[in-house]
Amino acid sequence: MTTSAPARASRALKIPTRLDRRYLPVLGTFVVLALMLILGGSRYENFLSPAVVSNLFINNAHLIVLAVGMTFVILTGGIDLSVGSVLALSTVVTATLLQAGLPPAVVIPLAVGAGTVIGLAHGVMVHYFQVQPFVATLAGMFFARGLCFVIAPESIAIDNASFVGLASWVQIFGGWRMSSGVLIALVVVGAGFLVLHFTRFGRTVYAIGGGEQSALLMGLPVARTKVLAYVVSGTCAGLGGLLFAMYSRSGYSLTGVAMELDAIAAVVIGGTLLTGGTGFVLGSVLGVLVLGLIQTIITFEGTLSSWWTKIVIGVLLLIFVVLQRALSLRKT
Amino acid sequence: MTQQTAPAVVEMTGISVEFPPVRALDGVDFRLRPGEIHALMGENGAGKSTLIKALTGIHSPTAGTILVDGVERRFTGPADARAHGVSTVYQEVNLCENLTVAENIMLGAEPRLLGGLHWPAMRRQAASHLERMGLSIDPSSSLGSHSLAVQQLVAICRATVSDCKVLILDEPTSSLDTDEVAHLFTVMRALRDDGVAILFVSHFLDQIYEVSDRMTVLRNGALVGEYATADLPAAELVQHMIGRSMEVLEAAEEVVEHAERPAAATPLLQVVGLGRKGSVQPFDLDLYEGEVVGLAGLLGSGRTELARLLTGADRADVGQTRVSGQTTRLRTPRAAMGHGIAYTSEDRKGEGVVDGLTVRENIVLALQARRGWMRPLPRKQVDELVASYIQQLGIRPADPEALLRNLSGGNQQKVLLARWLATAPQLLVLDEPTRGIDVGAKAEIQKLVADLAAEGMSVVFISAELEEVLRISHRIAVMRDRRKVAEIDGGRATMDQVVDLIAGGGTA
Repeated sequence: MTTSAPARASRALKIPTRLDRRYLPVLGTFVVLALMLILGGSRYENFLSPAVVSNLFINNAHLIVLAVGMTFVILTGGIDLSVGSVLALSTVVTATLLQAGLPPAVVIPLAVGAGTVIGLAHGVMVHYFQVQPFVATLAGMFFARGLCFVIAPESIAIDNASFVGLASWVQIFGGWRMSSGVLIALVVVGAGFLVLHFTRFGRTVYAIGGGEQSALLMGLPVARTKVLAYVVSGTCAGLGGLLFAMYSRSGYSLTGVAMELDAIAAVVIGGTLLTGGTGFVLGSVLGVLVLGLIQTIITFEGTLSSWWTKIVIGVLLLIFVVLQRALSLRKT
Repeated sequence: MTQQTAPAVVEMTGISVEFPPVRALDGVDFRLRPGEIHALMGENGAGKSTLIKALTGIHSPTAGTILVDGVERRFTGPADARAHGVSTVYQEVNLCENLTVAENIMLGAEPRLLGGLHWPAMRRQAASHLERMGLSIDPSSSLGSHSLAVQQLVAICRATVSDCKVLILDEPTSSLDTDEVAHLFTVMRALRDDGVAILFVSHFLDQIYEVSDRMTVLRNGALVGEYATADLPAAELVQHMIGRSMEVLEAAEEVVEHAERPAAATPLLQVVGLGRKGSVQPFDLDLYEGEVVGLAGLLGSGRTELARLLTGADRADVGQTRVSGQTTRLRTPRAAMGHGIAYTSEDRKGEGVVDGLTVRENIVLALQARRGWMRPLPRKQVDELVASYIQQLGIRPADPEALLRNLSGGNQQKVLLARWLATAPQLLVLDEPTRGIDVGAKAEIQKLVADLAAEGMSVVFISAELEEVLRISHRIAVMRDRRKVAEIDGGRATMDQVVDLIAGGGTA
């Protein structure tokens, strides 16, 4: 099993005796995920097969990475609308440079670094120029998307041998398959979890979400942390682009349109409050899996249009937000 | 003035702070010695907060020197100040409710392990710090699950974690009840005896006299003087603070004649068995014209909740409301407004004034809302109205275009009152209208309430200060544990009687 190790670690470390109400939303997501698995397993043959579950991860590795980055930003009470475009930019940069003959060892840092730089710009705009995160990252979204077309309007196939070799690396345990993309995504999840819970930076991210003014008066490094949260999200978007390029073996300007909304939906379904300060990386991973599973179920159903995915996501999102609202109301 | 041998740990000389065109502090000297509790006194707008912020680096002084431990310092902000042993605990607890108690105490000085946080050590250390404060709470519980008083103590706990030489407590007691204040004072004395210099700001004179060793009085941004608490009688202190004679205050002492209740046949507002689950037990209350009804009770006894039910801010589950004999349901504050019922919340900042709007805009807000957006008030009428309230209530600065956030708490409260008075209400429910405002403004507001009642308005007056409730109420409803336990005649009630009722002893 791919998620249980960090999940168990988190329980052992963070829940001493009783269940804190902070974990309720994540638990809710977990229950939904379990119900969907049971529903799928009972309705369709082969639904609960290792192949299907493995594919769930393989198909959504890039989204998991985006969601991890997005979690950092949303925890500070911000939002990052640029991640879809930055992902596309990263795929285009990767494909263009590889086709130009540069080695992957040079291309990969550049592609990821493009995301980092854009994230840094967002952070600076949001913190030092007091631009609303929505607006700052909206600008970044248009900028990155435009830049994609400037670099390469057409889809570019990747045939660099070592890159393809890296992309098609698969580890097989029994029926389970783990691609290099999934491995990278899981490492990102683990790193995100450790950073959020075991570093001062991570705790400051939470503190800012709980009250920026308070965090400032507590003497925590608010400026650096806030900028860094956007840097994390930008870097994750760059990395997500790399994974998507590995997955699709191409770079294309029109990839990841509206993918930022999927990432936000996953984070919210995973129990993170949009107001900041509450939520977990692992919840966001569960959120991505829920989204992916909806897609899988609808594919298995066969007769349904894939647009039903959107409708189900919308309904789920609404239910989760209302549930969270009810929870936080009961608290006060 | 007695001179102590210990050298001052903080020595501020000739401090001026300007927010052009205002000079908030004008050449103020201030000294703080180790092992003393030093009260900083002054009315709102006297410059207390500005002085504290100048010390902690939030404002930078335009002139003057600050010596901390004999070294000249200009801190760049609270973090820098804290690193040099100067910690501040603010009136509103500035901690993060979503984090655990342990994190709130330790973050910034957290124990580390392999470059990351060492959670077990963090919890252990937090627990030992908490124990020193006499607090037995679980360090891994989230801060938000504790009462404000505990949060306040946690904030102090946080301040003492790093090597703390100077502890600044800005209005720490304004939302605590008597026991909690006593606990806080125990902690403060223990810290003082450990050699910490404590700078204490409070509006409660009796608390200042109970706990402080020495005080510095400011007025209008200038230093009045430094005194040993024991040498300065309260009356003299108040004179130093307000710089005017005691007449206003004395006038307030006798604002209410405790006249017979006007023999109005039907009550203006009558509630029968009104209640809300988890908020207030069902209660009856009649409110008559020309009468001030005080609500007395401890913090959390249901005073505010009762007021919110009366005014439609919360919806009642059970019970009946009659306005002038007519049964109605007040589902929203807007519905209540329609019946001439106005409510000013205790949360002046959050639920009262709009601090980004001007005095003028704040005053006409409710009146305009009642007229509806289709019928804007003519500008000329607005100006006249605003000018008359500014004059009548003595709002300072007397500038209709001043932004509310630049006014002191007392003046914000007056603007809030003006807003509701402009709607000519029949019933005015005032929740803690005098909290956190200076003595002079307090007396003015009390006087105003009495005058309004004399003119026939019905007023419900809520305050944590019993003297105040006793002084101006015709009738007092006493709350205990979310239940209205008694209703007594304000004219004959004594302090002891009310205290007994609140504590659960006496009978009505």
